[in-house]
Formats: sequence, structure tokens, C-alpha cells
Amino acid sequence: MKKLLTMAIAGLMAAGPAMANELVFPSLSYRTGPFAPGGIPFADGYADYFTLLNQRDGGIGGVMTSVPECETAYNTERGVECYESTKGLGALVYQPLSTGITYQLIPRASVDGIPIHSMGYGRTSAANGSIFEWVFNYPGNYWDSASVMINYLLSQNDGSLEGQKVALLYHNSAYGREPIRTLEVLSEQYGFELLQLAVDSPGQEQGNQWLTIRRERPDYVLMWGWGVMNQVAIQEAANIRYPMDQFIGNWWAGAEADVIPAGDAADGYLSLNMNGVGDMPVFDEIQEYVIDAGLAAGEGDNLGSVLYTRGMYAAMLAAEAVRVAQEMNGVAEIDAAMMRDGMENLNITEEMMASWGAPGIGPEFSVSCADHGGTGEGRIQQWNAADQEWVTVTDFIAPDDSVTQPLILEDSAAYAAENNIEPRCN
Amino acid sequence: MFYREAGDFKTTYAADNQTFPIAFDRWRYWAVLFVAVVVIPLVINEYWANALLLPFLIYAIAAIGLNILTGYCGQVSLGTGGFMAVGAYATYKLMTAFVWMDMVTVTLLSGLVTAVVGVLFGLPSLRIKGFYLAVATLAAQFFLVWIFNRVPWFYNYSASGQINAPERLMFGVPVTGPNAEVWVKYLFILGFVIVLAWVARNLTRGSVGRQWMAIRDMDIAAEIIGVNPLRAKLSAFAVSSFFVGVSGALLFSVYLGAVEVGEAYGINKSFLVLFMVIIGGLGSIFGSFAGAAFMVLLPVALKILGVDMLGWPTNIVAYIQLIIVGALIIFFLIVEPHGLAQLWRLAKEKLRLWPFPH
Repeated sequence: MKKLLTMAIAGLMAAGPAMANELVFPSLSYRTGPFAPGGIPFADGYADYFTLLNQRDGGIGGVMTSVPECETAYNTERGVECYESTKGLGALVYQPLSTGITYQLIPRASVDGIPIHSMGYGRTSAANGSIFEWVFNYPGNYWDSASVMINYLLSQNDGSLEGQKVALLYHNSAYGREPIRTLEVLSEQYGFELLQLAVDSPGQEQGNQWLTIRRERPDYVLMWGWGVMNQVAIQEAANIRYPMDQFIGNWWAGAEADVIPAGDAADGYLSLNMNGVGDMPVFDEIQEYVIDAGLAAGEGDNLGSVLYTRGMYAAMLAAEAVRVAQEMNGVAEIDAAMMRDGMENLNITEEMMASWGAPGIGPEFSVSCADHGGTGEGRIQQWNAADQEWVTVTDFIAPDDSVTQPLILEDSAAYAAENNIEPRCN
Repeated sequence: MFYREAGDFKTTYAADNQTFPIAFDRWRYWAVLFVAVVVIPLVINEYWANALLLPFLIYAIAAIGLNILTGYCGQVSLGTGGFMAVGAYATYKLMTAFVWMDMVTVTLLSGLVTAVVGVLFGLPSLRIKGFYLAVATLAAQFFLVWIFNRVPWFYNYSASGQINAPERLMFGVPVTGPNAEVWVKYLFILGFVIVLAWVARNLTRGSVGRQWMAIRDMDIAAEIIGVNPLRAKLSAFAVSSFFVGVSGALLFSVYLGAVEVGEAYGINKSFLVLFMVIIGGLGSIFGSFAGAAFMVLLPVALKILGVDMLGWPTNIVAYIQLIIVGALIIFFLIVEPHGLAQLWRLAKEKLRLWPFPH
């Protein structure tokens, strides 16, 4: 009985989506669960920018876009279901905003021939495009961001971290463990002591870790957190009066939702960011064409926040890749393979970002067959609790490629050996 | 009319003792098997398989396993997720350490490893009961997940702490890894489901199952009439963990392919399987299937209904799903503690009397 019902519903599902001539960008979002504070603004920004393109320009190159949304709750099994149910719609690129789901999708999408863009998350070694043909993680990855953070600390300490103690507070998952290898190499190189403190998912309980921090008194605390973990960590840091300007989050631990719950105590908290913050002309257009028109994906209250901007930036990069692909192939209705070629030939410049209405939203970078990772630059921002805004305090800082590149080659070579992949791009 | 014992003469003890005493049930059983083994592999597509059928079959094994322990032997367990993780990590270690080993052996060995671990954690059940045992198994859940996160040997020292299933062939076609066809995966899992369900059904009908049920109904009385509680409880833990381990192994190796322990085998998984057993029906093999099908189908059906047809926002639908599952659990606990299986049983009773209600 159940089986019959199952089939009836699945059959209905398979019959439903007709191949429409539009550009499909599935959004595997999470608006529920412990990671929703990060998932909601990102998904809003991603969807709203495509709505803007539809409303203002009539799509990209004359073809309308659509963003079918599927709720994953940051759960990998739901992510698989979402992937399977949306890939038949003619999906051009997947951006799951979850390292776990990205790991899950890398082999599947590579077989199905659909590109994945894990922007600043996912598998770091996917930056090696000669092994990971279908996976992109420009403009930066976790190892870059670890290196950028250490470079920032070096600049604060006259170039030496000798004898300093740096704690890494990380989400105990594939995501949080990613930077450890890089930081271990860096700690040997610069002679600082690395203290690793794991926080189990979802991260509400950190009393023990902060007790350790209180006892060990590290000079700096770096945080690889996401969702509720960030809010709790900042609150705990405030509780033990840990100096906020020595507490640095990575680019997933530096949004408004993370610092506002701690109130004034969060003032001065630092975090890395890959995109710019602050006012941009594109926000006015989104307000006019999308939110005022009642077409916003969410409540419309996230406009201009850090993660909204990042979601929008992700959509901008995808839209630009579509334009490149349309130009390369001379057709407006591109498919996933053309999209991949477009992503691989991206060349982002300042003028281009200004033409999107978002000057300085990210670093200038270009993608090539072998390099799917971009420059990996990031800037440091600081929370101003009085004005309730993030202030960018440094320019883009470059990572130390001499550290990250060998690690990327090593890890991707291991993946290639496991899966019998021949390197491309010779 | 067509559904009754009358006219179906049993001439041997074996025939009298068979699983399905009614001829119609026997035909239905073979018809379901025929559809599952022959028809579905021919028409299956990736969406059906990956969204519905594979998780349904895998969770059915886990639900049968938990049903043996909780439904038949009366030992409440909240450690299902942890035991599934044992199966998954055993599979991973076996697959990477013994590259030549075929997947059936790997999966069965993983089940055995889980059975041993299950027996270890089952030892406290000899002294503690009810809520206290639930807490002890809860400890197993957290301890197992913690240890797989903490000891790098389990994930072969990979940087991310994830485990990935390498590609393995069976009769020349891949069953694991991204290149495996869905009908291969489906048949591979289905084979385990059929054999294990058959084993479970016959174990629970036999003397072992009767000992379990005696312990469940009143352990002191069972002990007085000669049931060895040590043997009965530990065998229930062993068999149950074997099933759960196999399902965890299949979930990792065939279905997901890459797993992060805290996320895939966390406490939520324990509750999910427990809900399957409660909604499906405690102490029923059919109930395990019904519960698994229900819990796998519900989110997908709600999503199709709410998001694709009615166009509601995705988060509203996700919340509605939580509300419905919660309400259903309360509903079943109050109105029908024996779950969907009891509804099925009642329907059969009615059918037997039909068309004469008295």
C-alpha cells in the first residue's frame, strides 16, 4: 500500500516540472534549525538578486532566472533529497551553504555534470581545478582564511608570533576541522602555540571550552563557528571578559545575528569577511524593484546585512558566469556544462563590480582551469555595538600561498588517487 | 469472502505454523516481493530511489532492529544513532583496510561488530530498567558519537574528519560510490531487507522471540518459569544491534557515501527511528516497515504538497512537518499505542468477517 502511494507521489513529482526556458539556480536553503540565523539572510540575498535581475533587466541576456528553494535544515540527507528533486529542473549551479552537503554533492554532481560553487566553504582542496572539474570555491577557502587571520595577527605583532598562544575554537564537524592542518603548519612556521578547542554541534554548550580559555589565557582566540555557536561563543567571551579585539571569527562567524544577542559586550569583536559591508547602490535597486514590489524572498529586513550581502555576492558571481557562458557559446539559454565553462573563465574586476552596483564587494580575481579558488583574500571587520554596524578595519589581506598551495595539492592528489581521477589542464 | 481461513486446509504441522495462515496473505506477500524485486528495478529513477526508496529500506532495517529490542524485549533504547554509527565506521575501516573484501561480507561483519558493541552497552540492562536504561543507552549514543569524533584512527586521520565510501564492485558493477546505478543500490539494499526481515520474523515467532516477549511482559515471572534473563536480554541487544549496525553501514556506504558522525548519526537519528517504531507499531515487523515508510514519506509528501503545489514558503512547511510529527506521536500514544500495525490488523479482522459483520 505504502509503496503504491510512494510511487503515485513520485510519479506526480517526475511529471510536474516541464523544461521551461529559464535559468535555474536551485537554492538549498535552511530557514529552520540551529543554523537558520546564517541560512536565512544568505538565502534572501541569493534569491532577491535574481529577482532584481528579472524585474530590472528581464533576466540575464534576455532569459529569465528562477530560484527554486528547498529546505535542508543543514541536514545532509535532506540536502540529498533536495538535490535529487531539483537537478531535473535544469539546474545550472548548486550553492548549498553547508560543508557537509557540499562533501555529499561533490561526487554526485561530478557524475551528473552540474557545477558546485561552495563560496568560501566546502572542500578546500577543490581549489585545485585540475582534479575537481565541477567544483569551485572562489573567491577563497578555509585555508586561505586561516592564513589571512594569522597574517593579520602578524601585522599586529610586528611580524612575530613567537611564544604567543593562539586558541582555535571550532565547530566539531568537517567545517570546523578544515583550518586545523593549515594552522598547525603556520604554528610551526611562526612559533606560536596552537590550542584546539572543539565545540560539538550545534554549539550551545561551550562552558567547558571557555573555562579552558580562562585558565590558559591565550593571546588570541580564532573561531570557526556557524549558527547558534557564534552567538553563544561571543556571549561566553563577554561573560569571562575576554578582550573582544583579540577574538577573531572567520567569515562565517561575523554577522549581525552573531553579535547582537551579546549587546554592548560584543563591542570590538573582530571577524574576517570576504565581501564588503556598508551601503551599495544595488541595495536601493533591490529595495525598489524587489522589496517594495513585494517580491522579496524573506521578510525584507535583512537587506544590507553581512550574510545578505554575501548571498547577493554569490548570486552576482553566478550571474556573471552566466554572462560569460552566454558570450562564449553565443546562446542565451545555457546548460550546466556551459555554466561550468563560464565559471572557469571568470575574470572579476573593479569596474565589473561597480557595474553590478556593488563596488568593492569582493577582491579582484580570475578563475582558470587549474585554479578554481580565486585569490583567497579577506579583510578584517570590527563590530561597533553603539551604531550596530560592522566597520571594515583593514584592506584585503592576501593569504600565504606558499603554505596553502602544497596542502591543497596534497589533499587533492589523495582524492584523485581514491577516485581514479586523471588531472586535467595540462 | 476471499480473505478467510475457511477452505484452506492445513495437513502438516509446518503448514499450520506458517507465517501467513491465510492464502490471500501468501499471494499478497509474493506479489509484493515480485513488485519489489522485479518491477521496481525496471522503472526506478534517481529521484524515487534517492529521495524515497533507499532511505525507506535502510530505515526499515533500523526500525526492525529497534523493534526487536524495544517492541519485543521491552528494553527502551535511545542509542540507535550511536549503534548505526558503529556500523558505518566498521564498514569504513573494513572497506579501507581490506580492499579486496566484497560489500556483503563487509556489511555483515559491520553488523557483527555492532552486535558486540550492543551487547557491551546492553550489560547494564541486567540491573536497570525503564527510564534508567533509556538514560544508559542515551549515554551510549553520546559516547559513541564522541569517540568517533575524537579518535582520528576511526576516520583514517583525514583532515575533515569525514568518512567517504570508496567505490566497490559487485559482480562487475559498482554498488558504492557516485558511479553506482540506482537500481544496483536498490537491489543490494533490498536483498538485505528481505533476508533480515525474514530472519526477524522467524526469530520473533520462535522460542527466542517468546523469551523476549516473556521478559517484556514481566521479567520476574519470566525468570520464574525458566527464561534466563541474561541470555534473553543480551541476545535481544545483540540481534537488535546487528540490524541497526547493518542499516547504519548501508546508510553510509550505499546511500550517503560521505558521512559526518555528529550530523548523520546524532541523537536525532535515535529519535527518528524510535518514532518510526512508535508510529509503526511496537512489536510488529510490518509496523517497522509502515513506520519507516511513513517517516520517510511524510516530509517529502508535505514538501510536494506545500511547496510545489500550494507555493508556501519552505520554512513554513518545515515547521508544519515538525508539528504534524509531534501531534501524530501524541495521537498514536493515546489513541492507538500499537501504531499503524494495529490499524492494519484491525482492517484484516474486519475483512475476515466481511460481508457479515457478526
